[in-house]
Amino acid sequence: MNLSTIDARPTPSRRHPTATDERRWTQLVLIAIAVLFLMGFLLLPLIAVFDEALRHGWTLYREAITSPDALAAIRLTLLTAGIAVPMNLLFGVAAAWAITKFTFPGKALLVSLIDLPFSVSPVVAGLSFILIFGRHGWFGPWLFDHDIRIVFAMPGIVIATVFVTFPFIARELIPLMQEQGTDHEQAALTLGASGWQTFWRVTLPNIKWGLLYGVLLCTARAMGEFGAVSVVSGHIRGETNTMPLHVEILYNEYAFSAAFAVASLLAVFALVTLGLKTYLEWRHGDELAATRRH
Amino acid sequence: MSAIAQPRRRSRSIIPGFNLSLGFTLLYLSLIVLIPLSAIFIESAKLGWHGFLDTVLAPRVLAALRLSFGAALIGATINAVFGTLVAWVLVRYRFAGKRLFDALIDLPFALPTAVAGIALTTLYATNGWIGAWLAGAGIKVAYTPLGVIVACTFIGLPFVVRTVQPVLEDTEKEFEEAAASLGATRLQTVLRVIVPTVLPAIVTGFTLAFARAAGEYGSIIFIAGNMPMVSEIAPLLIVIKLEEFDYAGASAVAVAMLSLSLSLLLAINGLQLWMRRRHGAAR
Repeated sequence: MNLSTIDARPTPSRRHPTATDERRWTQLVLIAIAVLFLMGFLLLPLIAVFDEALRHGWTLYREAITSPDALAAIRLTLLTAGIAVPMNLLFGVAAAWAITKFTFPGKALLVSLIDLPFSVSPVVAGLSFILIFGRHGWFGPWLFDHDIRIVFAMPGIVIATVFVTFPFIARELIPLMQEQGTDHEQAALTLGASGWQTFWRVTLPNIKWGLLYGVLLCTARAMGEFGAVSVVSGHIRGETNTMPLHVEILYNEYAFSAAFAVASLLAVFALVTLGLKTYLEWRHGDELAATRRH
Repeated sequence: MSAIAQPRRRSRSIIPGFNLSLGFTLLYLSLIVLIPLSAIFIESAKLGWHGFLDTVLAPRVLAALRLSFGAALIGATINAVFGTLVAWVLVRYRFAGKRLFDALIDLPFALPTAVAGIALTTLYATNGWIGAWLAGAGIKVAYTPLGVIVACTFIGLPFVVRTVQPVLEDTEKEFEEAAASLGATRLQTVLRVIVPTVLPAIVTGFTLAFARAAGEYGSIIFIAGNMPMVSEIAPLLIVIKLEEFDYAGASAVAVAMLSLSLSLLLAINGLQLWMRRRHGAAR
């Protein structure tokens, strides 16, 4: 009946190639709007970074990214990400294990609390660490007496980064492990495996791609965090400047080419992240959490 | 690990590690997130109720809050409309460069906000590629509130696209065929069949984009121009108060931001629940 209804309508095939497609010109207009929107907001800003960075030639570019301050910033950024990401990895696995393998009261609350850093401004996060570790903060006098520096030093930058990237790995693992259930683990335990053996040999191989995906997103954000780190860093050149902060300083000094040169390194990191992410989705998409794709 | 397969009160599961994993989770969550955030509430309480209201209701603070939340709402709305359109085009049509654009959608997640900020500023300044063209039409974007909206749109862009895309991929064409065969025009089918299916996803994406943009700092401060009362965002005001060692004042603005965004998020969640119930729960 359905088909005959379509066939009976006057010249349906010319208006709609099939009943569920738009006319070709409608498609073209929609594609044009989408492409223009993405060009204006994504593609052109990305091209602008590289265009500005190389505007005054390669020599200046190389000088900008090999200056001692820039190298110190690169080192600090890599070191920060190198500490913050493993910490959140450990947390993500523990949280996902507790939440998906057991039932306990307050689980829903715990899941929403893990998401909390996503809806807190990075600047507010930075402020909270100043209030606790700053000179006039809760532990400020004690830390000062013992000559321990957290705020305006590397530990503060790491903690701020941990806060901002807190949910990434847990959020990736929870839906994935929820989907997989506990059957495999129970089988391994029944057959006599110890708890750690079960984790390393059964759970981890099942979640490794999801884990890698979460680590990738977490690393990208950890290297690029600006607001929270800016508040706790104190902007000491060569000491507490991460790459994004170095970009800001250069830009505010009107050293635009140098600012964009360092920015272009970060943009390359971002593009590599996107490439790896696309590859993981393409190659192991079915092993990633089906419910979340970013 | 220590208590393998010991029967426990709550979890009658043979899986070990409940105490260890939950204990670590709670400890870490408290140390990194809960205790630091509570410090902000405690600090702002030093002002007393009147001092708090005086700080938060000062014209400059109100203007900053209005700009941060207003621009975030407008940016999220732009993303709800264009993000849905982009998701639709990426799922349903074929065109050159589609895979490139699909991969680029996540750029705002991966690109550091400071880099995005200076790139957008260069692009939308009156001598920039897009800015020069808009300036010809008499529109100034960089160093105005309009620039704040541009930055908010940029950082919120992936959320709507990435929540709507999987839902569109899962929709079954049978419903659209049924609608068409019963005599609906294509526009009617889109509005009455497709939009209701993806609306919850659009609202979710809108919420995420809004939450991210309302607290955004890095990409906005470069493009905003940061004029008090005009283009100064709330997070910047916190930074300024911190630099003046006005910790209590900075905390008060932070508390206002946190309460505003949490109550807006709750309201949107409530709306979503109501919508789901009204539409008889798709799933």
